[in-house]
Amino acid sequence: MSILQATETRTERDAVVRLDSVSKQYGSGSNTLLALDRVSLTVAKGEFVCLLGASGCGKSTLLSLVAGLDQISGGTLDIGGRHVSLMFQEAALFPWLSVLGNVELPMRLRGIGRAERRQRAEELLEVVRLEGFGHKRPHELSGGMRQRVALARSLAQNADVLLMDEPFGALDAMTRDILHDELERIWREQELTVLFVTHNVREAVRLGDRVVLLSSRPGRVIEDYPITHERPRRIDSPEVSGQAAEITDRLRAEVARHAS
Amino acid sequence: MQAEVPVQDNRTASDAAAADRITGLDALELGPRRSKAALGGRIWRSAWPKLLAIAIVILAWQIVVWAQWKPEYVLPGPATVFGDLGTLITTGDFWDGVRVTMIRALTGFALAVLIGTVVGAAVSRFAPLRAAIGSLITGLQTMPSIMWFPLAILLFQISESAIMFVVIIGAAPSVANGLISGIDYVPRTWLRVGQVLGMKGFAKYRHLILPASLPSFISGLKQGWAFSWRSLMAGELLVIVPGALSIGVRMQQARDLSESSLVISFIIVVLVIGILIDVLFNAADNALRRRWGLTGS
Repeated sequence: MSILQATETRTERDAVVRLDSVSKQYGSGSNTLLALDRVSLTVAKGEFVCLLGASGCGKSTLLSLVAGLDQISGGTLDIGGRHVSLMFQEAALFPWLSVLGNVELPMRLRGIGRAERRQRAEELLEVVRLEGFGHKRPHELSGGMRQRVALARSLAQNADVLLMDEPFGALDAMTRDILHDELERIWREQELTVLFVTHNVREAVRLGDRVVLLSSRPGRVIEDYPITHERPRRIDSPEVSGQAAEITDRLRAEVARHAS
Repeated sequence: MQAEVPVQDNRTASDAAAADRITGLDALELGPRRSKAALGGRIWRSAWPKLLAIAIVILAWQIVVWAQWKPEYVLPGPATVFGDLGTLITTGDFWDGVRVTMIRALTGFALAVLIGTVVGAAVSRFAPLRAAIGSLITGLQTMPSIMWFPLAILLFQISESAIMFVVIIGAAPSVANGLISGIDYVPRTWLRVGQVLGMKGFAKYRHLILPASLPSFISGLKQGWAFSWRSLMAGELLVIVPGALSIGVRMQQARDLSESSLVISFIIVVLVIGILIDVLFNAADNALRRRWGLTGS
């Protein structure tokens, strides 16, 4: 298969995240829950990969594994000692710090000097188009703005891979649409590598270079769609809608499988 | 950092449009700021219910006096008491008493905060320690402080130390419990952020656990203060240290001389000090809530 071959050549060249038959189970004995079953996945440098699946497909588990928050039960997970950063559905900014303080925090923890981290934090706020909001408190911002601060905080970690766990899940459609444009721009400008988890098919097709479809309970990779439509894309364009419909059908079939 | 790509004009234009969109959205979502009501108005709105309550209490008191339930020299009326109180607070002796009492209160409370914080931090850090003394702390909290005085007097004789002992044992458990529950209830999402940012050991406490437990710690302090103030008043009535003419001692003297009016004056003084300190704690609490955005609206 040509897709597989292409993936393999990329793997050898510049894979940043490589999962090989990774399994994850919780509990033991009769209470065992297999969350991920032999998942193999490679993310190349600079790639934007969307992980898509229905409930119970273990997509968040997978991100936790890559982020090192949890241990794998089987297989190999190789990130080559690279730094990863993880964003959640909640911005989870610290209310005792100003917006700038939140963005500076990762640099403060790394021991970067005051002046340098302040300057870098201000640059990052400019990247997410929040210049001038540095001295606000997180609660003074809207949900979409808080999520951009969280993105700036993630970027401040200077990580090689950005993991995003349904980061726009709690936002209204208009805000989400605009933030898609923003994320795409920042990904392009900052040359990020992104692994993005979502259950929103259109969102996945709108953003991803590839959409990796996971089955549910246990999570397995059932399809790896390359998305080749020209960027910048629109979520309501015929190309995106068409491909989203195709993937949705596949996802529906997968969900129906659990009826019996 | 950024690769040199030839920028096309249409891209710049579309980027500018995107910037406008997001800035516009931000402006819409933040909405217009509501201006605060005038300072005078706000003070009046919070003050009048209190003033009304005080007026009702004084009226009820006056009615009891008018009804001649007790003779005037046992239960004097508000006019007599406030007259005596007015004279009292112009004497230097009275302010010396307040000074003695307040120094005791502040030292005792400060020591209680120190000990409570250390114990609370240790208990929340080490599971076996929590299993051992976690419920003991709550038990101590519910114990009436006056129970400690016989032991305190045996241990420290009639001395400042005896009073301090009871004040600290009354207040420290509240402070410790405030800190413990603050640490226990740090939201899970914040802990996950801490993990993602690689916080460990001391840095985790410094940058996440301690600031996150601040609201609960402050309510622990507030409760601790109430307990220490109560214990101190009990102590000043029971443990009369020679030479230290505190508020409690002066109140005892007034009772010995059957000066009801003066006894009631001291009750009012103690009440007022208690309320003033409570106002300070509430101000700190409200300031924190506003900063964190925990207030309604």
